[in-house]
Amino acid sequence: MSENGHFVSLQGIRKRFDDLEVLHGIDLDVGEHEVVCLIGASGSGKSTLLRCINLLERVDAGTIVVDGQTITGTKIDVNRLRQKIGIVFQAYNLFPHMTVLQNVTLAPRKALGISRGDAAGHARALLRQIGLEDKADEFPDRLSGGQQQRVAIVRALATGPKLMLLDEITSALDPQLIGEVLELVRQLADTGMTMILATHEMSFAREVANKVCFLDAGVICEEGTPEQIFSAPREERTREFLARVLEGGRL
Amino acid sequence: MGQFLHEFFSPLDFIRAVPQVWNGFIFNIKLMLAAEALVLPLALAVAIVRGLPGRAAAPLRGAAIVYTDFFRGTPLILVLLLVQGFAQLNYFGLSAETLFRTGLIALVLVYTAYVTEVYRAGIESVHPSQRMAARSLGLSYMQAMRFVVLPQAIRRVIPPLLNDFIGLQKDTALVTFIGLTEAAAQAGLYSNDFANDTAYIVAAVFFIFLTIPLARFTDHIIRQRERRERAQAV
Repeated sequence: MSENGHFVSLQGIRKRFDDLEVLHGIDLDVGEHEVVCLIGASGSGKSTLLRCINLLERVDAGTIVVDGQTITGTKIDVNRLRQKIGIVFQAYNLFPHMTVLQNVTLAPRKALGISRGDAAGHARALLRQIGLEDKADEFPDRLSGGQQQRVAIVRALATGPKLMLLDEITSALDPQLIGEVLELVRQLADTGMTMILATHEMSFAREVANKVCFLDAGVICEEGTPEQIFSAPREERTREFLARVLEGGRL
Repeated sequence: MGQFLHEFFSPLDFIRAVPQVWNGFIFNIKLMLAAEALVLPLALAVAIVRGLPGRAAAPLRGAAIVYTDFFRGTPLILVLLLVQGFAQLNYFGLSAETLFRTGLIALVLVYTAYVTEVYRAGIESVHPSQRMAARSLGLSYMQAMRFVVLPQAIRRVIPPLLNDFIGLQKDTALVTFIGLTEAAAQAGLYSNDFANDTAYIVAAVFFIFLTIPLARFTDHIIRQRERRERAQAV
């Protein structure tokens, strides 16, 4: 917990790529055990924001505090930090030359120094929870997209993170595979995992989020409870965005 | 026609030249194995250095670039003569042992530069998201390299690596120019002594018999990978 009572606290985050500033000063607070959903069009900065939080991208200005630790300073052990912050990507990014079990045990063994046996035991227990223990010795390309994404989530959980960042994790999936992945995220939320999700799944955001933030052109245009954002958006741009998404049949 | 056949394919000279050329060929094999054993790890190290991130590593990166540019661009024969000149400057002497070492150094310098580029192409062919995923799990840069990037990169470049290995085998014959009596040199001696060029054919046959298994092995690996990738596509 940081001083202001938030588990994650972002202040004035700015990020530019060459001439293009993609984040123009983002302020965001996330309480412990909270689930925050970032919604917004592609290119609105959702992914970049998530990547800034686990320092895959360096911010150009602003401060990020996670679990009482200011991580935007210079003297931060990024490898240590990333063990506490799991991230899952749209394209799963499993390691294709490793089995499912090796994917899940790599970070515990090499980054945390846990023995092979202990790491494997823990990984198998995690895989059992998601019903994929029988796939432990398969290579990722033998799994369906939904299964691969669930393995990617388990891989991120294996180092025992206290915060999970999910970057549009169902966007690359066939519609019939989305459900199993969202179910796992729902279970994670139920265990009290603090999460920040970038998502296009509005109904899921509505169901699972404590707070929804609408990003537009690199700023948080509007934030509030799911009820408020989806039923009574205050901002014109939020209304327009939701109307567009509704037309697309996503709610 | 008869004269031509006699000059290059005289059965008597073929049989008579085999032991002599074989004596030299042992040098080629030794040189090739020693060079390859050094080239593979050294080139990997240079390729990794060349890809190091950050401003602090800029001098190292620069040194790696200068090295590969220089030795990839310079003909092996010149490098051989330069290394030999350097050896003589230091009064290494001209024993067979020194000659062997001189040839080895030249081959390693040149082929490390080639193979560095092969590794580098492999490393760059691994999608950045793989490295990012590894780093996001808390692995260090070198751990991500070692456990995630390199295993995939090396698997992809095995065919071109084997190709360079075949090139190296053949180029061991060039050390004859610094006076090492390997297979081609022995063949030359034979042809002087007996006024017959069949010994060159003998040397060629030795080289061919050494490279054919490697070439077939390379084909096999390429086919295997194609099959695997096709299987993935469906």
